[in-house]
Amino acid sequence: MALNRRDFLKTSFGAAGIAATAGLAGCATAQIGSSGPKVVVVGAGFGGATFARYLKMWAPNANVTLIEPNAKFVSCPFSNTVLAGINTMDDITLPYDNLKKIVDNFVPDTVTAIDTTKQTVTTAGGHTFAYDKLVLAGGIELMYDKVQGYDAEAQKTVMHAWKAGPQTATLRKQLEAMPDGGTFVMSVPMAPYRCPPGPYERACMVASYFKRAKPRSKIIILDGNPDIASKKGLFVAAWTKHFGYGTADSMIDFRGNNQPRAVDVKMMMVSTEFDDVKGDVINVVPPMRAAKVCGVAGVRDGSNGNWCTIDYRTFESKVVKNVHILGDSALTNFPKSGSVANNTGKMCAYALSEQFAGRQFDPSPVVTNTCYSGTGMGTAFHVATVFRWDETKQSMVPPKDANGVSAEESETEWAYMESWAKNVWADTLGLPQSYNFTAKG
Amino acid sequence: MKNNKITLACVGLVGLAVSGIAGAVDARARFMAANCSYCHGPDGKSHGAIPSLAGLEPGYFVKQMKAFQDGSRPATVMKKHANGYTDAEFEAMAKYFAAIK
Repeated sequence: MALNRRDFLKTSFGAAGIAATAGLAGCATAQIGSSGPKVVVVGAGFGGATFARYLKMWAPNANVTLIEPNAKFVSCPFSNTVLAGINTMDDITLPYDNLKKIVDNFVPDTVTAIDTTKQTVTTAGGHTFAYDKLVLAGGIELMYDKVQGYDAEAQKTVMHAWKAGPQTATLRKQLEAMPDGGTFVMSVPMAPYRCPPGPYERACMVASYFKRAKPRSKIIILDGNPDIASKKGLFVAAWTKHFGYGTADSMIDFRGNNQPRAVDVKMMMVSTEFDDVKGDVINVVPPMRAAKVCGVAGVRDGSNGNWCTIDYRTFESKVVKNVHILGDSALTNFPKSGSVANNTGKMCAYALSEQFAGRQFDPSPVVTNTCYSGTGMGTAFHVATVFRWDETKQSMVPPKDANGVSAEESETEWAYMESWAKNVWADTLGLPQSYNFTAKG
Repeated sequence: MKNNKITLACVGLVGLAVSGIAGAVDARARFMAANCSYCHGPDGKSHGAIPSLAGLEPGYFVKQMKAFQDGSRPATVMKKHANGYTDAEFEAMAKYFAAIK
């Protein structure tokens, strides 16, 4: 054969391929590769990439098409270390090269339409893929319209940096440009949101940078929740130990029940129901819901139509058959973490591989979450939880004493956090043991 | 036939690994072990400070998990994880990691 399947794909999806396939408008794009069940995965983040990789291991006959618009993987976990100046964007950016060799079709494109009756997915590039199983792992959609004034123009100045990438790089530049004695205003959305401890870790990381580089500066946290929503005792202890929290001289000013309602870029001001707060750098994370692609598929059925309910054993949508939802888009007992997205990707791959083989899958699955938060001061702490299927509750719940947080921050856990990042990246993307990671803990 | 398979799956998933039926892949053990790899590395081969699990002697693996459970081995995250599994599951995961070269 003159072409291997990837070369063929390059041709069929490349510039030459567009002309060649133009006459086939309305026809399905050929899914090259394995002859088994057609599985289309949308999104190559922690959930989708892990799912695709493990499904090809456990059901090699499955024909896996993975659709992802980004050229490279940029990790949200560890992106706060970029804001601290500990790592650069390059350190948290990883290649899809290995994953491309694992799946049957890697399609750099964006999904525009899904027909859940005909079981097809159509992309902006004009390709239509048929599926037996569709896996949606698109993360989150940010709802800018819930914050008055947060329009396209304001978005040029006010970053959310809640999807790691150019937003993270811009926010870092803004923090670098901020004068000593300036004020950084950041917000925390109402739960449920992606990465529950993330905002409080962000406060630590930015404070650590300020402490080193511009010590007269302040951080105001506007939290939509009534109180610190994750690892409260540990964050308060870290803020107290390192950043003077609880004293008149505190670098961090935490304000609960303060959901941003409006931003005004000319005034550099964020307004809540209680306060108008001015800042030199403003970082507003708007309310969020399941990824746009979940809206396209019509599977946002839970929590006022914002998130997707699923069957825990298979991750299949409760409202649309043969559509499975992974990662942050799903409404579950699990925290919206990279670890959970990675592990539930395997859980779904396991259930589907057993289904494809005609076997009964695990009636009592077990899955875990471990989530580290760094202080930026060479220490970190964790929350760890085991979730096990409970037949009576029809839910995944922690067994006795299988859930908890660190007793205190430690340097050991900072080293574990760095090791975790490299291992979860390798596990998600199929990076080889010899891969040369540059991220520093 | 189908019912037999389901019964076997329900009562004997862990047992499969222990009894070592020729050619049978213990898919449940493989899935449970895969759960460890987000911290301990793909196939239990770790980058950095977190220990690797690949190739550990199975008796040692089970003994460590029980030591995390009863607190005799100090831990950061592992006591919570150990509390979430049964002894039979420790055995199944131990066997899986021991077989990785």
